Amino acid sequence: MIANYGYKDGSGEYYISIDTDKCIDCAAERACLTACPKQMFEIIEDDYDDQVAWIKKPNCRTLAYDCADCKPSSGYTSLPCITACTPGAIKHSW
Amino acid sequence: MITAGIDMGSRSVKVVLLEELDVNGAPQLKYGVKKAYIMMPGDMDQDVAAEKAYDEALAEAGLKREDVSAVFATGAGRKQVAFAKEGVTEMTAGAKGAVFMYPAARTVVDVGAEEGRGMKTDAEGKAIDFAGNEKCAAGAGSFAEAMSRALQMSLKEFGEASLQSDKSIPMNAQCTVFAESEVVSLIHSSTPKNDIAKAVLDAVASRVCAMVRRVGIEGEVVLIGGMVHNAGFVSSLKNAMGVDTISLPDMPEYISALGCAMIAAERQH
Repeated sequence: MIANYGYKDGSGEYYISIDTDKCIDCAAERACLTACPKQMFEIIEDDYDDQVAWIKKPNCRTLAYDCADCKPSSGYTSLPCITACTPGAIKHSW
Repeated sequence: MITAGIDMGSRSVKVVLLEELDVNGAPQLKYGVKKAYIMMPGDMDQDVAAEKAYDEALAEAGLKREDVSAVFATGAGRKQVAFAKEGVTEMTAGAKGAVFMYPAARTVVDVGAEEGRGMKTDAEGKAIDFAGNEKCAAGAGSFAEAMSRALQMSLKEFGEASLQSDKSIPMNAQCTVFAESEVVSLIHSSTPKNDIAKAVLDAVASRVCAMVRRVGIEGEVVLIGGMVHNAGFVSSLKNAMGVDTISLPDMPEYISALGCAMIAAERQH
């Protein structure tokens, strides 16, 4: 399942997509949990009883601000969460 | 075996009591709905509302709590249903119920009072892709309701009025609060109410459509949730999505509760 967490508002579309099929058997030992400086990722048991990552609820409403520090304008050339997720399950829409 | 699905929405509580039938053949003959019950809790606490709605549904169906094998809950307030055995997300429940009603459905659009979301599903009714808007109500029924209030119309009148208009007035505000001031400006510029109603519903449809496009439009499209009752919104959504037909269940607000009860039944085996 591709789970899109986030929102669209007047300033743009801010979604983090997690491909749960790639996430279930994480080959990166859940590196996203520690890679995100804001610790937005959390492991939950989804409706199909699989252990997958999701974005914590409060962060889903503030992604544009929460992720701003990791974007190129803040000096990063690649996003820490995407880099840490070697199976390639995480994508940003912006 | 009887199972219950409770959909704790932000505006109403929906309960479906589902009976699994011992029938060989078409999958749609496998279940029979014993009772579909809706309650508007008003300012009642959600946990109290869940108990009350469930007891009332059971009473109307002539059942007792011990007759029900499992209760599953879904919806924004699913965690408040203390007596539920398990909770499932709105995406999982909605996709399950929609595919049960329309086996060819692969795109499910759920627009309720608080939130709208788009889902892509497989033939078994498993959600394989979803997107919602977790931040604001501008793509949901409460936005349309707030705007109809500004025009001093009921939601039904609001939907019907929009069908009388063939104008496309863009609403630029993304936020309900700012949109309301845009509606007030349109009223002051003597824009007919029909045109304003269409502008508002077009705006809601456009926001919902943006979410659906994130997951992609594929196969039969089914719209579920309370906004199905708003004919103006349905028309606006068809235009926004560029589809000729959208399947509309007769009792759209119960589809997630139905899906939830079906999942409860499946997990008892």
